[in-house]
Order: sequence, then structure tokens, then C-alpha cells
Amino acid sequence: MKGSKPRNRNVLPGFGLSLGFTLFYLSTVVLIPLATVFYRTAELSWTEFWDTVTGARVLASYRVTFMTAFCAGLVNAVFGLVVAWVLVRYRFPGKKLIDSLVDLPFALPTAVAGIALTAIYAPNGWIGSLLEPLGVKVAYSPIGITIALIFIGLPFVVRTVQPVLQDMEKETEEAAVMLGAYRLRTFRKVILPELLPALLTGFALAFARGIGEYGSVVFISGNMPLKTEITPLLIITKLEQYDYAGATAIALVMLVVSFLMLLVINLLQWRMNRRTVSE
Amino acid sequence: MAGAITVHTSEEASRRPQHITESGPVRWILIGIAFIFLGFVVLLPLVSVFVEAFKKGAGVYFDSITEPDALSALKLTLLVAVIAVPINTIFGIVAAWVISKFRFRGKNLVITLVDLPFAVSPVISGLIYVLLFGAQGLLGPWLDERGIQIIFAVPGIVLATVFVTVPFVARELIPLMQAQGVQEEEAAASLGAKGWQIFWRVTIPNIKWGLLYGAILCNARAMGEFGAVSVVSGHIRGETNTLPLHIEILYNEYQFSASFAVASLLVMLAVVTLIVKSMVEWKSSRQRPIEDNS
Repeated sequence: MKGSKPRNRNVLPGFGLSLGFTLFYLSTVVLIPLATVFYRTAELSWTEFWDTVTGARVLASYRVTFMTAFCAGLVNAVFGLVVAWVLVRYRFPGKKLIDSLVDLPFALPTAVAGIALTAIYAPNGWIGSLLEPLGVKVAYSPIGITIALIFIGLPFVVRTVQPVLQDMEKETEEAAVMLGAYRLRTFRKVILPELLPALLTGFALAFARGIGEYGSVVFISGNMPLKTEITPLLIITKLEQYDYAGATAIALVMLVVSFLMLLVINLLQWRMNRRTVSE
Repeated sequence: MAGAITVHTSEEASRRPQHITESGPVRWILIGIAFIFLGFVVLLPLVSVFVEAFKKGAGVYFDSITEPDALSALKLTLLVAVIAVPINTIFGIVAAWVISKFRFRGKNLVITLVDLPFAVSPVISGLIYVLLFGAQGLLGPWLDERGIQIIFAVPGIVLATVFVTVPFVARELIPLMQAQGVQEEEAAASLGAKGWQIFWRVTIPNIKWGLLYGAILCNARAMGEFGAVSVVSGHIRGETNTLPLHIEILYNEYQFSASFAVASLLVMLAVVTLIVKSMVEWKSSRQRPIEDNS
């Protein structure tokens, strides 16, 4: 694609029409609406903007949002790797069930996930009531938010790692064994480095999804300002108070972070593809 | 970037020589960890929805899903899906066609734009339409003069849903059509087939399973979207409440059984989605050997 002239050697019809429609649709549905966030924020002066996005309550919400999304991403990176590993490499009863369960968070509406997780981890819930005597409070605390984000992010890690694990050459591992490496050492020195880009991509996807997540989190978080209030909820609160400027300014910060994450993810994926091509 | 990764677990890979796999106990411990983790995080919430829904008996369950507000929420949810899914399916096919069958400058940029709604928080997806069409929005006064209401009304809900579901079909089709290449279409063209003929006779049969899966995922998201719709809906009972919003209202009014009863409808939607997914995987894995030869 790169360097080649956009000369159309193609005999297939419909290039102009389909490109035109695609660009028109993306502009009207995606680009122009998104641009309003930038446009509306420009109405604020720099100090107004800065004061809004660095208010104490807003900063606390960033902290809650990013910390929980980060922890959930880490948990998913570890357990998602185990799940992907088991699915690709072993045969066992119930494998099909595990495989389907991994996709459930994609298919289940977030509000349903939210109330279900809250019911389980609330102080009178199935697991919450077991943890309560131990002094562990899950629902209505950052731990609860993290659990909701683990649920949401799980498929991203598993489904990114799985194909890479699948395509991994047996021969490299065999060579390591020939050279006398033990299983754990083979894993650490041969398999893990190979998987790392995919694992990072999965983590980044889960993290990016986690910082924007709303539906599954609002029910379990308790929404206490400064403690368990996530940034997307704060945007809604500002909107409900008709503070459009405030909501838009915070949304802009979130959008910029999301775009940066998208950039990172694309770079990671590009590196991953190049790696598989070069082999 | 998400939701679109279909993986086929081949039987071959799971059968490995002994020296490059783990010892029996390690293997079973890993399998155990996978089961326990998914059990706690995914399966238990699923089961709890039904347990909570039937806690006060089947009578309450059926009353909750047949009362007028629930029915009107169901109707609105179906209406939104009926509009959003076909629009984005057509867009997905066109975008995948241009991206996978032609070379042009800026292709990566177009792919990134298609992905963009996945990267944006649902709350912001709703907010942008409030900024455009709301009473204080850019077009608000203009719409107001003409008596058109978009925000806190059905059109806003449809728009926000269309936005969040843009990537689903395209994301499913692009890798599929890129892998298939253009040979078959070019062969048809050289034999004298016209544009639409090529499309219906060659392209569609090749992509039908991926298309079905993309559309069904798109549908699941369209019916289940909460954040974006919550911002633009205005939560007017019987008018602008979709099923997820109805669940929230019931939950916040401590009508837990009713809330979970309505939620169980959406769980069934998710289960149907997953069943279609396995069906599609099974079908396309049978189709595969033929494609490899081409």
C-alpha cells in the first residue's frame, strides 16, 4: 500500500461510490459529532478549562478510574493468559463451555452485568456475605469497580493472546528442550517474550475499555464523590446539573486519553503483525 | 478493535508431544484456575440473574416482564435495533468492500475511524449528541423553532445507538475479506459478470457467516447499550426507556426481582448471540479447507 500510486489497476467496480459512502457516513455519524466536543471546549478560556479538569473531585475521579482499570487489566493479563493457554493447548471436558463464557462479556449488556455483580458482591450477596466477616468490602468500594472491569475486559486479553499462542511454532520450544531447558525456563525465555506484544495489546484494549466503562460500574461502585466516583459518572452528574461546559471539558480529557490509547494499541498491533510476517 | 476477534481452536494444537507440554498436575491446576476464575467472574453473575429474578416466584417474574412499562421498553429496544442494525450492516459491507478490495492512500486512517467508536466512552457517545442537538446544543435553537425534538426523545436514542454500533459489522468483515483477497471477484469480472452480480454471487456467499456474526453482535450491543442511551434518553417512563434503562429504574426503586426479571430477557439475548457465534464458527471451519485451495 505504501509508496504505490493510488492508480486503480483493479477491475472491480464500485470504488468511487463505496469510498464516497464510507467517508460520508463516517463523517456524519462519527467525526462531526465528536468534533463538537473540541468545538464546545474551545468556548472556555484556558484557565476555566484547566480549573474544571483539575478540580479536586475530578482529579479523584481520574485516580479511581485509572487505578481500577489498571488493576483490572493486570488481573486479566494474568488470568486471561491462563485461560487462553488452557484453551489452545489442552483438551478437557467443558472446554467448549469455557470458550463460550469468555465471549459472554461482549454479548451481555453492561447494565445486566452491573446489577448481577452487585447482587453477588454486596454485603448480603453470595460472595459478599462470606467476605464481610473478614472485613473485606467489595461492592461499593474500588475493589467492586475493579471486579466489574475485570468482567468487561476479560475477552480482550484472551482473544488477543489466543491466536498468537495458536500460531506459535512448536520447533522453538522443542529446540529449547533439546538445549536442556526446563519447562518453566522455556516458558520464561522462549514463550513469554513471544507472547508479550499480544499480552500488552490485550492489556491495553482492556484498559482502554475500562476507563470509559459506565454501565457495569455505576451499580457496584456506590458512587461516593472523591472515593468511588468514576470519571464517566462525573460527566453525567455535570450534565444533570446543566453544567455543559464542565461536562464537555472533562469529556475532552477522556477523549484525548482514549485517542492516545488507540494510537498505542495500533502501534502494538502493527508491531505484532510485523513480527509474524518477518518469521 | 474489539468484539471482532473470532478464534478457531484447532484440535491439532492441543495434541502436543510430551516433552513440550506441562506435567499432568500442572496441567490440571491451570485448567482448574481457568474454571474457578471464569466461574467467579462470568458464570456466577449469569446464574444470579435467574435466581434473583425468580426469588419472589414465577408470578412476580411474569408480571414484571408483561407490565406496560416493560413492554413499551421492549418495543423501543426492538425499534432501535431494527433501525441501527441494518444501517450499520450496510455501512459495514460497503466499508469492508472498499478497504479489502481496493488500494488507496489513507486506508489505515479509514480503518482507525471505523474503530473510533470502540475507543470512546459510552457516556461521551451520548454527550456528543446532547452537544449537537440538545436545548443548549449547536443545532438546538434551530430544531426548537421547527418543533423537532431529538434529545430526550427516540431519535436521540437511535443516533447514540448507531454511533456505538458503527464498528461491529465492518470489524468482523474487514479481516475476513482481506484474507479472501480479490481473485474470485476478478475471475468473475473477467468472465463478464457485472458489479452487482459479482457482489451477490461471489462476495456475499463467501462472507455470509462472518456477516451474520457481525450483525448479531451489533444487535446485542444495540439492544444492550446503556451509557450512551442513558445520557440522551431523559428516562421518561413508557416513552424513552429502553430495556437496560428500565432495569436501572426498577433497581434504583428497590424492585430487585422485577429488575432481574427484565434483565433475564437480555441474558437470553446474550445466550442466543453466543449460540449463533458457535454455529458460525462451526460452519466456517467446515468451509475453510475449500477456501485454502483457492
